[in-house]
Amino acid sequence: MSPSTATSQARELLGVASLTNKALRTWLYGLPGVDQVGLEGRAAALATRSIKTDSKAWAIDTAISMIDLTTLEGADTPGKVRSLCAKAQLPDPSDLSTPQVAAVCVYNDLVGVAKDALQGSDINVAAVATAFPSGRASMPVKLADTRDAVEAGADEVDMVIDRGAFLAGDYRLVFDQIAAIKEACARPGDTPDAHLKVILETGELATYDNVRRASWLAMLAGADFIKTSTGKIQPAATMPVTLLMLEAVRDWRELTGEMVGVKPAGGIRTSKDALRYLVMVSEIAGDDWLTPQWFRFGASSLLTDLLLQRQKLRTGAYSGADYVTID
Amino acid sequence: MTPKFEYAPAPESRSVVDIASSYGLFIGGEFVDPADGKSFKTVNPATEEKLSDVSEASAADVDKAVRAARRAYDRTWSRMSGAERGKYLYRIARLLQERAREFAVLETLDNGKPIKESRDVDVPTAAAHFFYHAGWADKLEYAGLGPAPKSLGVVGQVIPWNFPLLMLAWKIAPALATGNTVVLKPAETTPLTALLFAEVCRQADLPPGVVNIVTGAGPTGQAIVEHPGVDKIAFTGSTDVGKAIARAVAGTRKRVTLELGGKAANIVFDDAAIDQAVEGIVNGIFFNQGHVCCAGSRLLVQESVADDVVHRLQRRLRTLRVGDPMDKNTDVGAINSAAQLARITELTEAGVAEGAQRWSPDVELPKRGYWFAPTVFTGVSQAHRIAREEIFGPVLSVLTFRTPDEAVAKANNTPYGLSAGIWSEKGSRVLAIADKLRAGVVWANTFNRFDPTSPFGGYKESGYGREGGRQGLAAYLDTEGTH
Repeated sequence: MSPSTATSQARELLGVASLTNKALRTWLYGLPGVDQVGLEGRAAALATRSIKTDSKAWAIDTAISMIDLTTLEGADTPGKVRSLCAKAQLPDPSDLSTPQVAAVCVYNDLVGVAKDALQGSDINVAAVATAFPSGRASMPVKLADTRDAVEAGADEVDMVIDRGAFLAGDYRLVFDQIAAIKEACARPGDTPDAHLKVILETGELATYDNVRRASWLAMLAGADFIKTSTGKIQPAATMPVTLLMLEAVRDWRELTGEMVGVKPAGGIRTSKDALRYLVMVSEIAGDDWLTPQWFRFGASSLLTDLLLQRQKLRTGAYSGADYVTID
Repeated sequence: MTPKFEYAPAPESRSVVDIASSYGLFIGGEFVDPADGKSFKTVNPATEEKLSDVSEASAADVDKAVRAARRAYDRTWSRMSGAERGKYLYRIARLLQERAREFAVLETLDNGKPIKESRDVDVPTAAAHFFYHAGWADKLEYAGLGPAPKSLGVVGQVIPWNFPLLMLAWKIAPALATGNTVVLKPAETTPLTALLFAEVCRQADLPPGVVNIVTGAGPTGQAIVEHPGVDKIAFTGSTDVGKAIARAVAGTRKRVTLELGGKAANIVFDDAAIDQAVEGIVNGIFFNQGHVCCAGSRLLVQESVADDVVHRLQRRLRTLRVGDPMDKNTDVGAINSAAQLARITELTEAGVAEGAQRWSPDVELPKRGYWFAPTVFTGVSQAHRIAREEIFGPVLSVLTFRTPDEAVAKANNTPYGLSAGIWSEKGSRVLAIADKLRAGVVWANTFNRFDPTSPFGGYKESGYGREGGRQGLAAYLDTEGTH
């Protein structure tokens, strides 16, 4: 999709002749508001669902298959990334029936290493591009960053939006940047385009109304996924924010017929939490989203706890951290 | 792997509670047999299985209970300092918390409500009422109700089956805090938590006779209302019975508070936070199977967003889980009795006959027990019976309006006036509309919230008097100093 395609589609949805900042603002502010108390209450109520036995086993395996196994440290090395890729393919060497994760998520310069290590598997490589995590660089730099990742073979690109522009009310700029990065995710010929995940960094957007507007803006500009956080800012993923984003993709599908994925990232560490998120996916967006194609967890330590819980279900006893590989 | 998230059954264990095969009456601190030995059974509405036999108190038993209450009032309770009384109330509150699981399970078995509601709402709120009123017991002179408010004496209390333990707490906690003694009759279909509460009174070493619990049906309640030794009647229940009580006590010295039926308007403006409003609508009418006197049974939605709201509401209702109340994942439980189910069925059939469109999500109801699927009527007009009569079940009537004035006019166009809800992101509108609604409680951007500090009660046929807060204390005190 070229920016002009995204723009013309957006014009059609908004019913305007030209996609101005004012038109975008009017449209985004026409979305229903979000009541904080009600939203948080609903998220808390969903967290009380009781998941037992067969459902739990199914949910743990599903959660594992939705993980973007992530390492985003300045100190990352090719060796660490290779270890992570090995774990992605064989999460639990003591039980070969354990599902593989969805993707390995790394910084741009390590995409080649990951691609190489995951050769022959179905596991995707996701790269964080666009001057992650702050997003504070010029557009040519962000585009070059993205093209680097795509050329290195990234199957998915996680971009950050310009939160400064969003908070300043410059929705047209945010839209244009997403649309341009989306275009940079394209590959020539039959090679599939990289999927674009748009990170809203909800912790910096401050209000739930902003989260809803940013979600819709990202979808309007062509996001394949909307993602809560970089993991570098607190608060990162929370249940209410994810619930709100699930409502957004649900409503977007009703409006356009298209599905958009959701990825909470950062701070989800326990199986219990992961299961609560799956409950939310099921009850808010619907069961169509309960696949790695449409829902992901951005996490590094979550997998460890899911594997421990899985072992517990299999053996009836808790093993301990030493029975799960560290990376 | 076909993605479909089914929760495995997660039933709460009923082993935490011992149900006796039969129960006596709790009079003067002891369980005693009824004078004429009559009893009736109480059943689990979710399975129709018999839970226990419960004594049916005759007028003679009620007389005995009133005498016990009078003795306790004269000899101990009215002479005790407020601080001392407060200690007992605190003790009861703590015991309710300690035995919370037992109470929750018993309430769900006897009433049919989902365990998550008895566990997360009924029992904690009941304990909160005792805690709150315990705090008032030694501060009554500072409640702004006169310099020396005095207790009334013996209070007769009759409570309904929708929140058996919670209504008991609403009645007993303020009565005891203000120095009165009580004779309470729980509803005939849900007496068990009241009888377990009697055990808590003993465990708390409450002086004998301060709380007396007599079980039975209408005639037992009538005996309490008509007993000359009763100084005040507090009743929660149907408007018809409330009117009969008002007639019975007219011309006597007895004081009365009545908390009766409702047909609340839940008003959704076009600028509301729609997703949260939908949650509020669901909570407003499907909480406790709609067995709520202040339920938001009339949805008034602004015409410009009506289709969207109804669409979202229907989508939401498809995720409601109806079934075994003991399952922790159940959202909507059983209807409390066969009689109530028949009443709901009759009124919904009238709705269809009068031309409203009926809709329910596709739910499979259990074969045994009393069940009614969550139901939404659209195309309802003010003239329909389903818009006027209290259904007391999981049945929502959707009406529309175009202007705020029309919303107010329709909301107030009812013989009832217990509660109302307003959904709008505009604070000034919320305040302006709330001012014009003739209802005892008006919720803004929420619904069915209860707190012991907040007075609750009705306008018009929803009764008179308030429960909770300072106003609730006044209903149990002689504030003129004339006693």
